[in-house]
Amino acid sequence: MNDKSPRARAIERFSADKIGVASACFLVVLAAIAILFAICSIAHIPFPTDPNKTNLQIKLVPPNFTHWLGTDNLGRDVFTRMLHGSYISLTVGFVAVFVSLAIGVVVGAISGYLGGWLDNLVMRIVDALMCFPTLPLVLTIVAYLGPSIWNVVIVIGITGWMGTARLVRAEFLTLREMEYVRAAKALGQHHRHIIFGHILPNAAAPIVVTAVLGVPDAILTEAGLSFLGFGVQPPQATWGNIITDGKAYILDAWWLILFPGLAILVTALAFYLAGEALRKATQTRTERK
Amino acid sequence: MPDQPLLEVRDLSIRFVTENGNVDAVKNVSFDLQRGETLAIVGESGSGKSVTALSLTRLLPEPPAHYVGGEILWKGENIFAMRPRRLRQIRGGDIAYIFQEPSTSLNPVFTIRNQIAEAIKLHRRDVKDVDTEIVKWLNLVGIVEPEKRMRDYPHQLSGGMQQRAMIAMALSCQPDLLVADEPTTALDVTIQAQIMAQLRELKSKLSMAIILITHNFGIISDIADRVAVMYRGNIVEYGQTRDVLSNPQHPYTRALIDCIPRLGAKRRRLTTIDHARLQTL
Repeated sequence: MNDKSPRARAIERFSADKIGVASACFLVVLAAIAILFAICSIAHIPFPTDPNKTNLQIKLVPPNFTHWLGTDNLGRDVFTRMLHGSYISLTVGFVAVFVSLAIGVVVGAISGYLGGWLDNLVMRIVDALMCFPTLPLVLTIVAYLGPSIWNVVIVIGITGWMGTARLVRAEFLTLREMEYVRAAKALGQHHRHIIFGHILPNAAAPIVVTAVLGVPDAILTEAGLSFLGFGVQPPQATWGNIITDGKAYILDAWWLILFPGLAILVTALAFYLAGEALRKATQTRTERK
Repeated sequence: MPDQPLLEVRDLSIRFVTENGNVDAVKNVSFDLQRGETLAIVGESGSGKSVTALSLTRLLPEPPAHYVGGEILWKGENIFAMRPRRLRQIRGGDIAYIFQEPSTSLNPVFTIRNQIAEAIKLHRRDVKDVDTEIVKWLNLVGIVEPEKRMRDYPHQLSGGMQQRAMIAMALSCQPDLLVADEPTTALDVTIQAQIMAQLRELKSKLSMAIILITHNFGIISDIADRVAVMYRGNIVEYGQTRDVLSNPQHPYTRALIDCIPRLGAKRRRLTTIDHARLQTL
């Protein structure tokens, strides 16, 4: 007999996964850096130097000891710009996932719990929305609303909730048949409380996993939008628009696209690996009765 | 009004409408229940006894279930005319249920304490010290070390313990009627006997009415005041337990009673029910 709560068991299993722990540690460090430089960036504190200070005398300098990752075509320090841009990627990732999760969970939960014609209608709408190619849709909406970090977040959020809704609905279809749901109903609980207080906690594990796996997708979409010039506007640095600025000098200044590219790659990879480890750690149903 | 029964069921008919045709699960069923009385509803699988029990607080999913006729009166108040809010007060607060599978009737992600506390907060707002109340009820249903056990998750308890916790949860709202839908079917025989003894004891302590749903005639004799035998959606026999057991009128009742294995009886095969013969009667 296992004398631990389900959560304690999941934490125990996650700790045993070296790749997962390493990824999680990396993400914690990254989050700390992002928070620090978010403060610097918003309060205009030039730490370690001003990310937007141009100096044409030192433009396109390759990586050296003063400029660790080189400088761009206006003589700005790439490393400083990447540090100051880090919070944009993470904020976009988390907030966009939060928006899509909020919509997806509510829609999926109600649809799966109530079933019937409502469920049918909602799922057909989801199918229709999923048929839209995301990027052109996002581009259209951003073009209409105007490019800004919050518009990007909202647009990524409202175009990405369908997968979550499907997943949550599928979970609810199985869980609503459980005896404890009937017991809760027999106890006089309100539908709202049964959905969010009884069934949702049982579906928490797969939802958390999709959330973690959704963050890198949002980060990549933001990078893509910034690259196309529809994202966060200059001079505010983001990993995506550093690459955009650098693409004109791709043959002369490789450092302009390599390092921000690597930053996006490593961050996305860390989220995927951590998410995968989390999925394995919470997968109790198949592992033991 | 001392004469008004706690529960009156009049000509209740329930139909399930499915794509493969309609099924009349309950046909013109009538019975009543006084305060503190215990009624056993006995019948085989599919006889409509669970459907009847669930319909008392409209717990059946509608559709596919349709209440095609009859009425259910709780202290004179028509269940079918109630608003959802009033119905939720009755569920749990007045009529509490315990189900067959204790292992799945408890939510696996919450502790026993959490789940009982939720029930108490829902129906008894006046209770200040919820933990003391939980310990009191867990004690009453025979759980040892309730202070410690209530912090356990359902999977950490044995089947019998889980069922006791379920009973404690149902009782903690101080219902007037406890509906026990095959409370011992999923448990092994010795635990069955313990749970039944527990129910008997609680019944005398709390003067609460009980509806006991079972397919086992063997367990009802020392707890039920009256018994209703259901067969194919009808109540085929209804009367005092003693009378029904000693002098069954309907052939189905007789057949059911014959199915109880008796210790020491010399019999080569267990008796079964000959449905074909019953149809012709």
